[in-house]
Amino acid sequence: MKYLRQFGIILFISFLGEALRMIIPLPIPASVYGLVLMLLALCSGILKLEQVKDTADFLIEIMPVMFIPAAVGLLDSWSSLQPIWVPVLIITVLTTVIVMAVTGRVTQFIIRKGEKKK
Amino acid sequence: MKEFLVDSVFFGAFISLAAYEAGLLLKRKLKLPILNPLLIGTILVVLVLVLLNVEYEHYNEGARYISYLLTPATVCLAVPLYQQLTLLKKNAKAVAAGILAGVLTSLVSVFLLAKLFGLTHEQYVTLLPKSITTAIGLGVSQELGGIETITVAVIIITGILGNVIAESLCKIFRIQEPVAKGLAIGTASHAIGTAKAMELGQVEGAMSSLAIAVAGLLTVVGASVFAGFM
Repeated sequence: MKYLRQFGIILFISFLGEALRMIIPLPIPASVYGLVLMLLALCSGILKLEQVKDTADFLIEIMPVMFIPAAVGLLDSWSSLQPIWVPVLIITVLTTVIVMAVTGRVTQFIIRKGEKKK
Repeated sequence: MKEFLVDSVFFGAFISLAAYEAGLLLKRKLKLPILNPLLIGTILVVLVLVLLNVEYEHYNEGARYISYLLTPATVCLAVPLYQQLTLLKKNAKAVAAGILAGVLTSLVSVFLLAKLFGLTHEQYVTLLPKSITTAIGLGVSQELGGIETITVAVIIITGILGNVIAESLCKIFRIQEPVAKGLAIGTASHAIGTAKAMELGQVEGAMSSLAIAVAGLLTVVGASVFAGFM
């Protein structure tokens, strides 16, 4: 019954996330509110790690599969994408590469600068 | 045959899992980073749908039960994050600066490239939230008057691209610190990239999860400012 209870807790926090999304008029999804709530529950000790860990690990492990339906959905948006697909694709590829490189280098630079000081 | 597939509730969910499994198998056999199970799985499902002449809407009858798990799974990203909390506190300054730099880079580079290609205001705001998770990005696009279907498409393409290139890109740019790798992947390619960060390691996964939330929230604010520039 361990998994059932863990999944129940995770669904309950997701539900609370949904409730917050209803109340707060910002374009923030239930999942992000839920993530913050889960983190707060763990940090405050209301929830023990063992009460969610196994099911959480399983859900995270299978997460990539959950993106397949949305990715297949690109089939349907092709008609609206088609007239501007060349600039859109170039912008998408370039910005993704630049953002990843900049974020990584900036973080690494500050971490290593801090380590040298010590 | 076709009518049966159209009515089936399990067809969409089953072929999604089978296609992903086939992608995993290919990756294990050939060991090429481009053979990403998510990418291969998506292509295989598309091929099956086209060959059997099944529309997306009917495929999604079953597949949506897989997407249903996405919110609970994202909530669970708090678990690895919690386990790395001491590491996060130790590197708080680097983490904050890294994500902020990434979000600003994203907005500035979209702005400059949109100018370069002469995009309209509508197309420009459509692309502004491209690096953040679908649910937040969609809301931002709606708010700013973008084209929602294109925003979703671009966010997903960004995610898959980030997932596929993450390992090689970190090598090329010599990003070696696990914290830096995780933040880079999460800030550039949200939850789909995070799936890759989880494979690289606990720290990478946790930092990438953190970046989804923080970069997403910063972009909500940043995009509304940048929308006024063009």
